[in-house]
Amino acid sequence: MTMIANEGAQEMRPRSELSARELFREVGAVLRMSEAEASALGDLPEDPEDDQTMVINMGPQHPSTHGVLRLMLELQGETVLRCKPIIGYLHTGMEKTAEQLTFMQGGTNVTRMDYLSPLNNELVFSLATEKLLGIDGDIPERAVWMRMLLSELNRMSSHLLFMATNGMDLGAVSMMIYGWREREEVLRFFQKVTGLRMNHNFIRPGGLAADLPAGWRDDVLRLLDMLPDRLEEYDVLMTGQPIWRERLQGVGVITPTEALALGATGPILRSTGVEWDLRRDMPYLHYDEVEFDVVVGTYGDAFDRYAIRLNEIRESMRIVRQILDRMPSGDYRIQDKKVTPPPRARIDESMEALIHHFKIFTEGFRVPEGEVYVGIESPRGEIGCYIASDGSPTPYRMHMRAPSFVNIQCLPHMMRGGLVADAVAVISSVDPVLGEVDR
Amino acid sequence: MSAEVTTDGTEMSEDEVTLLHGCPLVDSRGQQVLFVSRDRYLEVLRLLTDEGFAMCVDLTAVDYSRFMTRELPDGVTAERFEVVVNLLDISARRRLRIRVQVPENDPSVPSLFDLHPGTEAMEREVFDMFGIAFSDHPDPSRILMPEDWIGHPLRKDYETGSIPVQFKGAPS
Repeated sequence: MTMIANEGAQEMRPRSELSARELFREVGAVLRMSEAEASALGDLPEDPEDDQTMVINMGPQHPSTHGVLRLMLELQGETVLRCKPIIGYLHTGMEKTAEQLTFMQGGTNVTRMDYLSPLNNELVFSLATEKLLGIDGDIPERAVWMRMLLSELNRMSSHLLFMATNGMDLGAVSMMIYGWREREEVLRFFQKVTGLRMNHNFIRPGGLAADLPAGWRDDVLRLLDMLPDRLEEYDVLMTGQPIWRERLQGVGVITPTEALALGATGPILRSTGVEWDLRRDMPYLHYDEVEFDVVVGTYGDAFDRYAIRLNEIRESMRIVRQILDRMPSGDYRIQDKKVTPPPRARIDESMEALIHHFKIFTEGFRVPEGEVYVGIESPRGEIGCYIASDGSPTPYRMHMRAPSFVNIQCLPHMMRGGLVADAVAVISSVDPVLGEVDR
Repeated sequence: MSAEVTTDGTEMSEDEVTLLHGCPLVDSRGQQVLFVSRDRYLEVLRLLTDEGFAMCVDLTAVDYSRFMTRELPDGVTAERFEVVVNLLDISARRRLRIRVQVPENDPSVPSLFDLHPGTEAMEREVFDMFGIAFSDHPDPSRILMPEDWIGHPLRKDYETGSIPVQFKGAPS
């Protein structure tokens, strides 16, 4: 077999070793620079003494990088000239693993990718499987609304954690404690519903694993009553603070053209003023039946991304209130013998039910041939699931379009020309989850 | 021609296969899929970009070596690899999926970098996982696996590893 590309080194070389064309390709294609600007970029100072740059590594064990991210930075003094994220330190071959697991078991795998919004991962995997099965229109109403409830609460818990880490990264350490405290309240609800704080495997192809427990409504209401005051507190602590604003405003700026060209989605794209939210623009579940606003920014800087996430918590609370009003009664999973195991009580009295139960959990259910892509709005952007099926009970190929993986490619553009002290603020504002980046 | 029944029971007559830029456009479970040949890949993607599909959301690949019997429209020859590109048109709120057949003996595709710079990392991932080379890619290196890794893990002939388990007291 012939190989055209050689497997080159992953590391970044100092710019003095690169040709002008290579440097231009790094930025030119994205920034749509003029020829003159691009050629100026390649003009290094004649005297090598004037081109004193330093390539340093940030990570791969930096506590502020939300996982094992390594950045190679080329610095001139304190200015970041170039930056390259080097990833793969958490790669565990989850897409390969998915080919070994049945569609029934797949949820346990995908839920561990973006471990801060596990329910959204399960949701997109389930939606893709259901589309392949052709049952995407038959999911019971209650299951759909329950999925929306969990998805929105998950968005809140994820953004609350962002508030905590963003605060911590910028030195507002008390904010870290507050953010974790509020997130824990949401996770407590998840624990009551799913049995686990994280990695729930609760949303499954065909519906959900169980119904909502008794008293769930009071728990959600308690959460909704508690959070607004706490969010006000965040505003006092951070939003209005001059130090906070100084650290974030005008830092890590990205333009709409750049964001679209780089495929960035979620709060990064919205911070540039592009109104794009899959919940509104390509509605799934029943998002077209609830009222909410898509929060957008203006400047595309780190402060906009912070403010968007803070206000998205408020929008999610608005959606959750509407879900509470509209939650119908009924079944929490589809009564399709093909995908739904029989109820526990039936197994004791019916041989067929026992066999059926055994078959579903050992062999899994067969999914028709075909391929499908489903994308939903996770807290970090568009999370997409591409499944190709060959008609067997395991996916022939399962690919996750991870929002963090794409968003992290914006880092070099956000950091260019910035200060090294702002690097952490920029990473933090992208809110990457490295479990999802590396999969 | 007679209509053939696919495995999911839906009827798919050949009349449904329409052409877009000379490439077969298929409706697959309500999603638009365009089968583009490798020679016309860049040209068609450039045309689609001008038509509004300005955002490349995803680029991935599938190794179909164990499933060569998959359903493809007339005129498309099944090859071992398929590169799958998901395009998004933000203003018209529509998606389009591109499937490109890539033969086993020459696994290479032109890079989309100059058109959609966001595919840079995705193409590196496909190269890393499938060994499909993207010509004219600015940084053709592995992205997830270590740079001295041998083999491409998501190929179907790359076996999953196993660690021999030694049970205590078991006869050796």
